[in-house]
Amino acid sequence: MLPLSVRIGFFLAVRQIRHASLWTTSLIIGVMVLTFLNLVVVSGILVGLIQGSIDQFRAQSTGDLIISNLTDKSFIENSPNLLTLLDTIPEIDSYSARYIETGSVEANYQTKRAKDKPNIAGTAVTGIDPAREDSVTGISQFVIKGSYLGPNDFDQVLIGSYLLKEYFPVESPGLQVLDNVDVGSKVRIQVGGVLREFTVKGILKTKVDEVSRNAFLVDSQFRSMIGRTDGNVDQIAVRLKPDADPAAVRDTLIRAGADTYARVQTFEDAQPKFLKDIVATFNLLGAAFSSIGLVVASITIFIVIFINAITRRKFIGILKGIGIHGRVIEISYVFQSIFYAVIGSGIGLAMVYGLLVPYFARNPIDFPFSDGILVAPIDETVARIALLVVSTVIAGYIPAWMIIRKNTLDSILGRK
Amino acid sequence: MIVTKNLIRTFVTGDIVTQVLKGIDFESKDGDFIAIMGRSGAGKSTFMYQLSLLDSPTDGTITIDGVDTHTMPESKRVEFRLTYFGYVFQDYALLPELTALENVALPLLMQGKKRAKAYKEATTALERMGLGHRPNNLPSQLSGGEQQRVSIARAVAHKPKVLFADEPTANLDNESSEAVMQIFKELNEEGQTIIMVTHEEVYARRAKRLIVIDDGRIKSEEKLHHKH
Repeated sequence: MLPLSVRIGFFLAVRQIRHASLWTTSLIIGVMVLTFLNLVVVSGILVGLIQGSIDQFRAQSTGDLIISNLTDKSFIENSPNLLTLLDTIPEIDSYSARYIETGSVEANYQTKRAKDKPNIAGTAVTGIDPAREDSVTGISQFVIKGSYLGPNDFDQVLIGSYLLKEYFPVESPGLQVLDNVDVGSKVRIQVGGVLREFTVKGILKTKVDEVSRNAFLVDSQFRSMIGRTDGNVDQIAVRLKPDADPAAVRDTLIRAGADTYARVQTFEDAQPKFLKDIVATFNLLGAAFSSIGLVVASITIFIVIFINAITRRKFIGILKGIGIHGRVIEISYVFQSIFYAVIGSGIGLAMVYGLLVPYFARNPIDFPFSDGILVAPIDETVARIALLVVSTVIAGYIPAWMIIRKNTLDSILGRK
Repeated sequence: MIVTKNLIRTFVTGDIVTQVLKGIDFESKDGDFIAIMGRSGAGKSTFMYQLSLLDSPTDGTITIDGVDTHTMPESKRVEFRLTYFGYVFQDYALLPELTALENVALPLLMQGKKRAKAYKEATTALERMGLGHRPNNLPSQLSGGEQQRVSIARAVAHKPKVLFADEPTANLDNESSEAVMQIFKELNEEGQTIIMVTHEEVYARRAKRLIVIDDGRIKSEEKLHHKH
């Protein structure tokens, strides 16, 4: 059973809200909704900007798990056994074994005169099984010109757009891009001491550097180019089945001895530290912006409740006069504040999860380095609602307390 | 029984000190019906606020049924007002967002009565005031006389020891004023102690005792006899 003061306070609050001006109530709730959106959306967009990048990195490059060579090895030794092990794990949906080397790609070499600067760019060159790679990263959907590689597309290459001046017009001393290259152009790729000519079959464009600053070849041809005949690969990207836990699968692989020859990481493990730092920094920035919104909302509620209590000072005096304890009246104002905060947060919640999150998922914000989404984890949102309610309750309680502690008779008679 | 001894109330505004009550000795017995009169500023309302514990004296004592209220903390005074007293104000002092029934039931609920019981007693009080047919009306939907009767219903629903009325007929027409005074008469005949401040002698003379206050002191006291 609730204490008497709480029950009577609730009774008074309900009656007051029910008879309050619709405009005033709407205005206060409107402020609460905006504050809630400010609390959740500002930091959500900031974090989403990086989260979008992380999600793309996972989807288009690492997969859910990434297996790479040990730091003191140049490739994953004993790869065939490891690939056989991957086939036995039920949580794994697909995987793509990659051969990765650094090299260069040169264009327009046929027409180049002796004095001309070579049209050449340094790049990662990756040998892939086109079908397997597509099943893990779906990169075929990012071919913006030409077409994706087939299993027998020897002497053909997919070029990342960041290697082409047409898509990445950057003039920088340390960064060269290829000019005048399109689908069908002949290019020369050099890896180690081997130089071979290829035809550009397609151009890939994503916001993930690892894809867009890369040249993709069919793995069987690339193996012969780099002289790798033992079946060992450089990297394996693994896509898990939905609901599978990457950390659990990583641990399964490690328990099976996969870490003897390779480094097994979840996509989170493989994230560069600077990304994690940026997320933390943006969270901090979002919290700073949000706290300003919170203060503004608290002041608004304070003013509204203060004006309400001032204009009702006589009735507060009457209530005290007929024996209603000041605590009851304070509680009634606290309930009113809770009402405004909860209704405002409820509408805000519906807007965030019913409208904004799905909208930004469908229409990401086009940032140069990522497709920004709105990140609003439920636990953090609940924490922000609690923060908003607590701030509002304090902001509503203080003015009520200030008015209620005034002399009862002075309040009834309207004396200062 | 309320007893005051040497009751003094002084107001200080900046450098100006105004002594409104200058040492009042007074006694009321259970079942009294006392009218307090006086010219404007004489101190009659201030005196009633002291008796009803809405204000505290600067000096002197107020004893209610043997309890010295001088040292009583505000929380205790609130409880005292809730259980011992009922109030009727000049401007009715009803809460605008509560219906007539809710206004009357509020002190009963505050006393810890169950909702059903409180509403039943409030309904009885309203019926007694001739307002049994308008329990769900807001004050703004009632006439001045009806509001004052709701106010009286609120004041007596919990059966207080003393009913204080501050100029209860001041805002009412003759008909409504007569109705209010008739209710007071009936309540007093049933044993309700009533202390009423009024500036209207015709209504003051309906009481059993008439006290005239002038310049912060009791100037005269008269026992009134009525034919029943």
